[in-house]
Amino acid sequence: MKKSILNGVMGGVVAALVSSAAWAEPVDDELVIDGDIKMVVRTKAPEGHPFDEIRSGWQYRTKETRALEVDSFNNPGMLRVEEGEGIWNTADGTEGKSCADCHGDASESMKEVAAHYPKWDAQSNRPINIELMINKCRTERMGAEAYEFDKGGQKSLTAYIKHQALGTPVSIDLTQGDMQSWWEKGKEEYYTRTGQLNLSCSNCHEDNAGNYIRADHLSMGQVNGFPVYRLKQADLVSLHNRFRGCIRDTRAEQPKAFSDELMALEVYVTWRGTGLSVETPAVRN
Amino acid sequence: MAKVKPRVKVPKTASAGEVITIKTLISHKMESGQRKDSDGKAIPRQIINKFTAEFNGQPVFSADIHPAVSANPYLEFTAKVSESGKFTFTWVDDDGSVYTDEQEIAVS
Repeated sequence: MKKSILNGVMGGVVAALVSSAAWAEPVDDELVIDGDIKMVVRTKAPEGHPFDEIRSGWQYRTKETRALEVDSFNNPGMLRVEEGEGIWNTADGTEGKSCADCHGDASESMKEVAAHYPKWDAQSNRPINIELMINKCRTERMGAEAYEFDKGGQKSLTAYIKHQALGTPVSIDLTQGDMQSWWEKGKEEYYTRTGQLNLSCSNCHEDNAGNYIRADHLSMGQVNGFPVYRLKQADLVSLHNRFRGCIRDTRAEQPKAFSDELMALEVYVTWRGTGLSVETPAVRN
Repeated sequence: MAKVKPRVKVPKTASAGEVITIKTLISHKMESGQRKDSDGKAIPRQIINKFTAEFNGQPVFSADIHPAVSANPYLEFTAKVSESGKFTFTWVDDDGSVYTDEQEIAVS
């Protein structure tokens, strides 16, 4: 009923919206990095996914932003990846060990590894992501202090490790431990409206993916490129920072980074991107 | 703050007379001199103020850089090469430091 009134009164406006719909679609371009690494930016969704096909946020960005990711020399996030490489090779803590002392060459030992995180961590009885894995190594093996959220080398080192999986399709194992129940919990959060604006993740990234909001082109909210280089911050932005930013924008209370809430959300949202290539460090606006 | 590090991308090979694209980037904070710290004191200016590129000793490209240029300045330009040789890139810092990089190109 409401719709027919709208059509009658604002026929012209509705027609204009419909005709611009094609313009609001993501582009179908393919991403090949350095003319060599062919990325999966569009693929069939995993079973049980609300969409038939999933797309990387890369396809939703402008031509100029997309170009920054095509040549790794132009990708500003690579500076931080290089910084991460430095940290990888630098000894820290009372044991006098660096990451490289145990793990050797990251291009071998960390190849494709990050595409399969978060994983189940039996010791802490919860899922573990790259950031927490780094902290575990630091405290248990290196005798170093755990990185505080987004502090020290956390973002650079995470980006460096994830970058070793560049191009590898995301796939996480939900059969490990209690991963499935964390996935369920994350799914519930994804669809729960929250905050003064009463928005759930799905309201933007599922119901309105491809539409414009606040001068921004809403993507599906995929996480395959994190930590991403955000032009807005002119720096790397970690996944949990982005989660918190989104939640802040709904004017809800923000859960702490690496809290149970956000770890469950990471498990679920990572699964929603199953099959997309790891793009770290992706470039977004 | 990341260390100052120049980096350059020059094609390894080219044919004589070809116009090649050269990309350069230096990681640098490019402190404009306009900002204040938490105590309200001005943060002194420190930027890369000059960039030059030479090919076999001949100037190819140069730029004077001013405080409005953002951190990690990226410069891309083209050059026509007629013989094999060496590109030399130089960045000059306000504090007097000079950073250089060299790249060889084989022209056939």
